[in-house]
Amino acid sequence: MTTNARPLPPPLSSLVRPGTPAADSAPIKIDVEQLNFYYGQKRALDAISLKIHANRVTAFIGPSGCGKSTFLRTFNRMNDIIPSARVEGKVLIDGHDAYGPGVDVVSLRRQVGMVFQKSNPFPKSIFENVAYGLRINNLARSKAELAERVEESLRAAAIWDEVKDRLSDSALALSGGQQQRLCIARALAIRPDILLMDEPASALDPIATQRIEELVYDLKKTYTIVIVTHNMQQAARVSDHTAFFWLGRLIEYGRTDKIFTAPAEKLTEDYVTGRCG
Amino acid sequence: MGVNLASSPSSSGRRRADLVFQAAALLVLVATLGALAALVATVWNDGASRLDWRFLTSFPSRRAEDAGIYHAIVGSFYVILLTGAMALPVGVAAATYLEEYGGRNPMARFIELNIANLASVPSIIYGLLGLGLFVRLMGMGRSVLAGAATLALLALPVVILSTREALRTVPSSIREGSYALGATKWQTIWYQVLPMSLPGILTGLILALSRAIGETAPLIAIGALTYIPFAPDSIWSPFTVLPIQVFNWVSRPQVAFKENAAAGILVLLTLLLTMNAIAIVLRDRYQRKGRS
Amino acid sequence: MPQRRGERIIELLLFLCALVSVGTTAGIIVVLAVETFAFFREVPILEFLTGTEWTPLFSNQKFGVLPLLLGTALVSTIAMAVAVPAGLMCAIYLSEYAPDGVRRVVKPVLEILAGVPTVVYGYFALTFVTPLLQQWLPGLSGFNALSPGIVMGIMILPLVSSLSEDAMQAVPRGLREGAYALGATRMQTSVRVVVPAAFSGITAAVILAASRAIGETMIVAIAAGQQPRFTVNPFVPIETMTAYIVQISLGDTPQGTLEYRTIFAVGMLLFVMTFALNLISTWLRNRFREEYN
Repeated sequence: MTTNARPLPPPLSSLVRPGTPAADSAPIKIDVEQLNFYYGQKRALDAISLKIHANRVTAFIGPSGCGKSTFLRTFNRMNDIIPSARVEGKVLIDGHDAYGPGVDVVSLRRQVGMVFQKSNPFPKSIFENVAYGLRINNLARSKAELAERVEESLRAAAIWDEVKDRLSDSALALSGGQQQRLCIARALAIRPDILLMDEPASALDPIATQRIEELVYDLKKTYTIVIVTHNMQQAARVSDHTAFFWLGRLIEYGRTDKIFTAPAEKLTEDYVTGRCG
Repeated sequence: MGVNLASSPSSSGRRRADLVFQAAALLVLVATLGALAALVATVWNDGASRLDWRFLTSFPSRRAEDAGIYHAIVGSFYVILLTGAMALPVGVAAATYLEEYGGRNPMARFIELNIANLASVPSIIYGLLGLGLFVRLMGMGRSVLAGAATLALLALPVVILSTREALRTVPSSIREGSYALGATKWQTIWYQVLPMSLPGILTGLILALSRAIGETAPLIAIGALTYIPFAPDSIWSPFTVLPIQVFNWVSRPQVAFKENAAAGILVLLTLLLTMNAIAIVLRDRYQRKGRS
Repeated sequence: MPQRRGERIIELLLFLCALVSVGTTAGIIVVLAVETFAFFREVPILEFLTGTEWTPLFSNQKFGVLPLLLGTALVSTIAMAVAVPAGLMCAIYLSEYAPDGVRRVVKPVLEILAGVPTVVYGYFALTFVTPLLQQWLPGLSGFNALSPGIVMGIMILPLVSSLSEDAMQAVPRGLREGAYALGATRMQTSVRVVVPAAFSGITAAVILAASRAIGETMIVAIAAGQQPRFTVNPFVPIETMTAYIVQISLGDTPQGTLEYRTIFAVGMLLFVMTFALNLISTWLRNRFREEYN
């Protein structure tokens, strides 16, 4: 209503990439059934059920504190580190419950990779950062194979050309955007099936953010990607499906173009148009 | 009645008392500094002339002018080396358990209580423990090994404390990044946490050893002899260390032996200064790297 | 899963290393207790604790520990009389008054004082302080309690100062500001507001320092003498509990004899005293922390 308001951002519907295929036909990679999550007595996630499709990018959106990062971390059981965390329900990955008895968490995490919000390269060389996952999981049988896999991962993360001449330099000498791509390379090195990304570009400038988003778009050919983001334009640009969370509950989940142009829930509509949250 | 900002008799009286207190406190500080200066001056005065290459390389003798300190230097060297070799792995392992595994379980709390108490037990009691446990029960005799084991127990609380602090400085984002790649707890600790904590751990170890090198009472209690005219040749042999040799000389009435004692003190203080300087340099480099 | 088993074994090994500290405490108690019980089978405990003559090496053996106890108490009291007032003044000055430049010089000096080996302090007491005191007190004997007491006070001054300063720093700024707002000078604020507020923390520091003084060995072994005496006269030679243990360890008393066992009995008494003081100090410090958290 104010006449001197800033011009509105372009409608989100215009950001959705054209040609996104009807994603419902893709097989289900992660099937979540009635998931409840507690920190001690406090319930952080309330009866969440949804299905993530393989080789697609699924975005989790919602205001701060709505539980989207917590939910993401249930896929690779990173919440196990927190002593008071408790999970009820099922998280089926390729049909196997990640929280079932006898599940080897270490093996799970090798197959479900994660990239964090603030890049956290180890204080070692660029080469050693990428090689670490391969070493501890015994995934390379010779030094030559190790070097091959490291190069392959750095190429997949679109950072090879920038670091190929200084692999033994410290990873901490890279810029923020480069460090994050290095962390992506590190995660890709162990060839996970699924890649979880927790607000991967929130600490980066727009140019670096764009490179990450292009990378995500390329990577979905090989991986199933779930990305948490508080930036709705990013979700609209990059993802095939979007899930909207509010105060620990899943409000709406569907194809991205539908969520942003014709959401079924009023709360969703209020959020994506900026009227709340 | 307005605000009167001039000073009243009571306020100026109080301010005078304030100044008197500051003067008195400064006096105390100066006196303390003076005591330290007097100590260094006395030792230097008495012993500097005696300090020469012959002194450093000779063995003790009944005649003060011929007596040297070589055996004690070698003894101290072996004992401290062995002490460090024993205290470091056990201390780091204990600190790793308490910091990474123990959490809040009651056994870990009990262990922490023990460590805190042990830090304040008089060092001569450690000597009696070493006597009963290492020398007699385990049959090590009055050897370098028994002495080093006793000092290692003495140094353990310090090593554990400083290692825990070093472990705490590793950010949790590094641990999370490692776990997310499928590393086990121990892999994360061995390949990420411990290497990052190493400078802090070494600084703590050097400080603990610099205290151990000046320890006299526990080694006397386990039977380090005060008259040993030879340097130890194995971990099983009898030995003496610098502070005990100093004690031996200072206990003799002749002035010439007092000079030897002072010279020995100068050697001991130099070693101490060097060790502390190394620790400080290490700590500075560590802090600088952390900031980059 | 083999990897899991390996992890369990490593955790167990680390736990065992952590248990070494418990083992050390247990070892101290067991070693002292075994020998002390053997000692008390031959010497009645009442004689030990109330007898005023200590002559285990003479043909007429007396096993009353009070001379050693008094010797320790005498030297420690002198040390505390030096360290507590001076240490508190330093603490108040450093905490409430000192400009940055002074702090940067004084704190390292105090750390150095705390790091000097005790043999060096013993040497200083015997060859510098005693002759100096003898110029003013002609009746002072070469070995006495006064000289090592003063030097020991200098040695534990940094402990009193730094722990008291920590306690005073923990007192919230609000209390000080309230006092200043009422027109109090810095001295009045420090002495009447901060110190009382930090009282249990300061007391904990003083008790810890006392425990340190009681357990100190080399300064007294060098400068106080080897004559156990039931006296409070600081000008004559005496012997402390710790110096006695050193004396026997250096001599040729055969192991396993009653005379030899005396060092464990004395050691046990020393351990019980310092342990009790440490417990009280820790309890006070915890209570103090609760008050301001």
